[in-house]
Amino acid sequence: MFGLANPDRFMRFTAPVTPVLWVLAALLLAIGAWLSFTAPGDYQQGDTVRIMFVHVPAASLGLGAYAALGVSSFFALVFRHSLADAAARAAALPGAAFTALALITGGLWGQPMWGTWWVWDARLTSVLVLFLFYLGYMALRSSIDDEQKAARAAAVLGLVGLINLPIVKFSVDWWNTLHQPASLLRAGGTSLDPVFLAPLLTMMAAYGALFGAIWLTTIRAEVVRRRVQGIRARRALEA
Amino acid sequence: MLDLDMSPYGAFVWPAWAVTAIVLGAVVARAVASARRWKAELKRLEDEDAA
Repeated sequence: MFGLANPDRFMRFTAPVTPVLWVLAALLLAIGAWLSFTAPGDYQQGDTVRIMFVHVPAASLGLGAYAALGVSSFFALVFRHSLADAAARAAALPGAAFTALALITGGLWGQPMWGTWWVWDARLTSVLVLFLFYLGYMALRSSIDDEQKAARAAAVLGLVGLINLPIVKFSVDWWNTLHQPASLLRAGGTSLDPVFLAPLLTMMAAYGALFGAIWLTTIRAEVVRRRVQGIRARRALEA
Repeated sequence: MLDLDMSPYGAFVWPAWAVTAIVLGAVVARAVASARRWKAELKRLEDEDAA
């Protein structure tokens, strides 16, 4: 893995992988959407169960992208790998988008099922805090002109935000929440019926592939941007 | 069988899917556009260096 910290090696390795991920994401999204709308309505929730197929993957990837951001921030801080910093930066926007989608689709699911768009329970609040960490990370990066200082400050914030991930995950176990406990990954196996499990897992795989494609594309663009800056700096020195 | 009749919950199901499509579409478009822009700029600078 450390071999990929070399930008040239990373670019060579990801050149064929990135388009494969884009195609995989498109295929899985198409199949997942088809399965989502051919599954029967739930006997209690009716057609609102179809919100689950976009809500749960968005929430999972919101957490997953932050884990990527936090781990990349650690490598950027400790080993000073510029590629790790690019990876952390590239995970922020898609991660924020997935988390925002989890909050919005959660509200759209909550209103007909719970009778409210929002409650300040531990799960919803901790996901909102996650979203705020993403916004804070991006705001901090863009507020400091010196790129190296911005990278270090943002990496520290990124690391601190990792503390929130287990709080989000276990909030439904540690506190009484309106949000239901885990039904997919739980002791004793999933409580989901197979007719809902297939579209949900397909959509989760699709979101995973989509995040991978966006992440790699953005890291690659960041590597290219730094090369452009290098050339511009060299020319400025020669001028 | 494909069933697009979401009543009586259409006002919740369709906006959830629509906002998902719009937000993810925007993130994808931004990533691809940025990658293309920097790639084109690098090529332009390298072509200038080679010339």
